[in-house]
Amino acid sequence: MSFINYASREINCKIVYYGPGLCGKTTNLQHIYEKTDPEARGKMISLATETERTLFFDFLPLSLGDIRGFKTRFHLYTVPGQVFYDASRKLILKGVDGVVFVADSQEERIDSNMESLDNLRENLTEQGYDLDKLPFVIQYNKRDLPEIMTMEELHCQLNPTDVQEFEACAVTGEGVFETLKAVAKLILIDLKRGGK
Amino acid sequence: MSMTIRMFTAVKEFGMSNSPMILYENESKEIHEVMDRLLKEASAKVVFLVDKNGQLISSAGETDRFDTTSLASLAAGNIAATGGLAKLIGEKEFSILFHEGEKDNLHISIIGGAVILVVLFDSRSSLGLVRLRVKQASELLAAIFTTIGEQAEERKKRGTSHFPLDELTDDDIDNLFC
Repeated sequence: MSFINYASREINCKIVYYGPGLCGKTTNLQHIYEKTDPEARGKMISLATETERTLFFDFLPLSLGDIRGFKTRFHLYTVPGQVFYDASRKLILKGVDGVVFVADSQEERIDSNMESLDNLRENLTEQGYDLDKLPFVIQYNKRDLPEIMTMEELHCQLNPTDVQEFEACAVTGEGVFETLKAVAKLILIDLKRGGK
Repeated sequence: MSMTIRMFTAVKEFGMSNSPMILYENESKEIHEVMDRLLKEASAKVVFLVDKNGQLISSAGETDRFDTTSLASLAAGNIAATGGLAKLIGEKEFSILFHEGEKDNLHISIIGGAVILVVLFDSRSSLGLVRLRVKQASELLAAIFTTIGEQAEERKKRGTSHFPLDELTDDDIDNLFC
């Protein structure tokens, strides 16, 4: 649920990065944090375990600039990808305005991708959202690794509704900002439509 | 009593809807006045109001010394996590959380099931005083949010709601990403 504040002239939106464990959600946020002007971003918070696995969420507030005199601020969240953290994932999806599904391109991870995508759809439904009506993009991460599926295979398995999709290598940053821009744009378009 | 229940129901509707939450300048001013008074009467360092999604609505006090955006997000995460715990043991919610530190303390409470009020205070104040002032401020804030909810509903019915992005063009959006 976006928040429009006339007093501070701000539009605030929430983007959630979803996906299976170790697919690169946190790495996406880390790259955005590192490559963004410090004035345009806040502190990145990671609630992680001692082994650097996301325990609750990562959080990164980001300003994208002004639009019609309003500052646009996006709050980026990741969910913990490991299967047993489902209760936490449900909490983080509350109030979401747009979703990025980060898929792991490796052949051996296809079942985890599909399970996580099903889980996303179920958890959104539980919160009263419909994934097909929400601003939603897919990122195929780890394109630099060997033994990955082709884009066609991934599209066929994970993107039957034909939403925008991006190839990425979050470690080097390739495709990270393209994904973010696409989902942010969809959110603003959706917000504009919602006001009518 | 029935008045209180009605107010809180309206607050819940205001905060829980999936449509954008819009706060106008006069409403923001009213909220800020209550927050300012709470800050002084509770002898607090910082007070801030957050929606359940972690968006900062209003703050007062030594805000420059703290990262209020992060505090807002973590307070909402904290409320969400304890709310999850509450449900697991059959409680509706834990409406008050208190974190005691060596110097500073945090008092976090939910107003009307949808808005989170956070008070940061040190030894110049006390938990009893903070709880009393939070209770008083919560009633005032609940009433303000009830009015906001009713006015938004009224505007929606009359079809007169103003939306800042009504005139947004594709070029405006594209320019943001140049």
